[in-house]
Amino acid sequence: MSGGLDLRCRLPLADFALEADLSLPGRGVTALFGPSGSGKTTLLRCVAGLARAAGRVEINGECWQDDARRIFLPTHQRALGYVFQEASLFAHLSVKANLEFGLKRIAPAERKVGWDAALELLGIGHLLERGTGALSGGERQRVAIARALLTSPRLLLMDEPLAALDARRKQEILPYLERLHDELAIPILYVSHSPDEVARLADHLVLLEQGRVLASGPIAELQARLDLPLALDEDAAVVVEAQVLEHDEAYALTRLGLARGSIQVTRKPLAVGARARIKIQARDVSIALSADNPSSIVNRLPARIRGFGEAVHPAQCLVSLDAGGTLLLARITRLSRDQLDLREGMEVVAQIKSVALLG
Amino acid sequence: MVLTPDDWMAVRLTLELASLVTVLLLLVGTPIAWWLATTRSRFRNVVGAIVALPIVLPPTVLGFYLLILMGPNGPVGQITHWLGLGRLPFTFAGLVIASVFYSLPFVVQPIQNAFMSMGARPLEVAATLRASPWDSFVHVALPLARPGFITAAVLGFAHTVGEFGVVLMIGGNIPGKTQVLSVQIYNHVEAIEYAQAHGLAAGLVVFSFLVLLALYSVGGARNTLGAGR
Repeated sequence: MSGGLDLRCRLPLADFALEADLSLPGRGVTALFGPSGSGKTTLLRCVAGLARAAGRVEINGECWQDDARRIFLPTHQRALGYVFQEASLFAHLSVKANLEFGLKRIAPAERKVGWDAALELLGIGHLLERGTGALSGGERQRVAIARALLTSPRLLLMDEPLAALDARRKQEILPYLERLHDELAIPILYVSHSPDEVARLADHLVLLEQGRVLASGPIAELQARLDLPLALDEDAAVVVEAQVLEHDEAYALTRLGLARGSIQVTRKPLAVGARARIKIQARDVSIALSADNPSSIVNRLPARIRGFGEAVHPAQCLVSLDAGGTLLLARITRLSRDQLDLREGMEVVAQIKSVALLG
Repeated sequence: MVLTPDDWMAVRLTLELASLVTVLLLLVGTPIAWWLATTRSRFRNVVGAIVALPIVLPPTVLGFYLLILMGPNGPVGQITHWLGLGRLPFTFAGLVIASVFYSLPFVVQPIQNAFMSMGARPLEVAATLRASPWDSFVHVALPLARPGFITAAVLGFAHTVGEFGVVLMIGGNIPGKTQVLSVQIYNHVEAIEYAQAHGLAAGLVVFSFLVLLALYSVGGARNTLGAGR
């Protein structure tokens, strides 16, 4: 396998064994998602070579570990960037020297991420001469990310980079992470237990529980699956990649194109043609049998019922819908399901009450 | 001040001895401290206890065994003789070696504590930034452990200046060769030359106080000193 990330890791831990066997896309953001103590960080450390599992690690054709061939590159010989949960800046160095630390250690020919580009991407140009003690938590983490990027890694590993920050600092950093996602061609493995971060950043999702991989796939696909714990969350939602089609100035609305069809959201300051990532919560989707009956709900998409699942509350059930290639999740009462006599394969209308634009 | 030429010779000899011993201690103590701070070997506690022995042993006991080891019939003595280096007891070189053993814990422990309080994280970060283990040690571990090194150097120096029992056992009382300050004070007291004893003793009190004052004024040194024992 030459493209993509090929990870096979077996490592006995205190309470359980990490057993991951993953083939992941070689680009975009893959989120390792799961409750604390599910082995996410350990898996990341195995990829980095900071922990030694039995198995194989291959990154876009480059072999970092293969027990069968007795290959194990030590961490410093792997072209990776690692962002730790706490910023871990070197206290004895200035911000500038911290940034230069990794840059100095790679051959000039290998330097693909430019100094100015990294500073600009993370917005830290004005911090260079400071000591690391004079930075806020958010600034420290931005410097740590830039420091990792400046080694021009072939893979960026991020271990809950926002976990140590308060809500405001998180909001301050998230846009920078989204820019990483949009502007870099470097694949990112992103460990998180925050559904919100995952919804905003991830393209691909790996669900971990007790060291085992529950599921791995494109985020929209996994979110719409009824057999995974994601759907049971109170805030269960799907993310949808959309494109800005037009603005309706009279009603202050923006039309977003989906795989097929479109929806309208309140006017957003986005250019026509720009890509937008939106989140649709299961609780905001209702089902009607036809589009004939008048309603105040603007967004109504023809959809086919893919299946039903149990919700946490006995009064409710989950419905997985396919709206012309866009997968949706609806949480409705079991009463309405039976009154409307909804069944798998039926053509219905998904009514979307509210849409959140991410980032 | 009524210092005799012999007194000045003792002062000079003491400073030479302490400087040389401090340099050697940093060279020897750093790898030991690093190993003790990072190893998971089951011999860690054994080695740690051996290094710490001089803290609790009477200097005469330490000096006695070093004398036997380095003496004509001791294994070390036979090796040095075979190498053509002669015998070590009652020489400056013998004094240096004995002092290194005697002051080792005072250098190893602050450095070890500094490495331990730094933790593994900075070295992991350095590894992800392409620094080899040696590169990380020199450019990350050593600078971050600097307060520990300052404490270690000052303690090692001061402790060597103040030693008496080991010197007497190993080096005796030879002016210009092994007659250091503490021995010279003893000589003055034996000869009831209290004025001269005062001159040297008071000087040592002031010196020790200034050393400790400087140590406590250096940021971070307090922790490494306090946590050491």
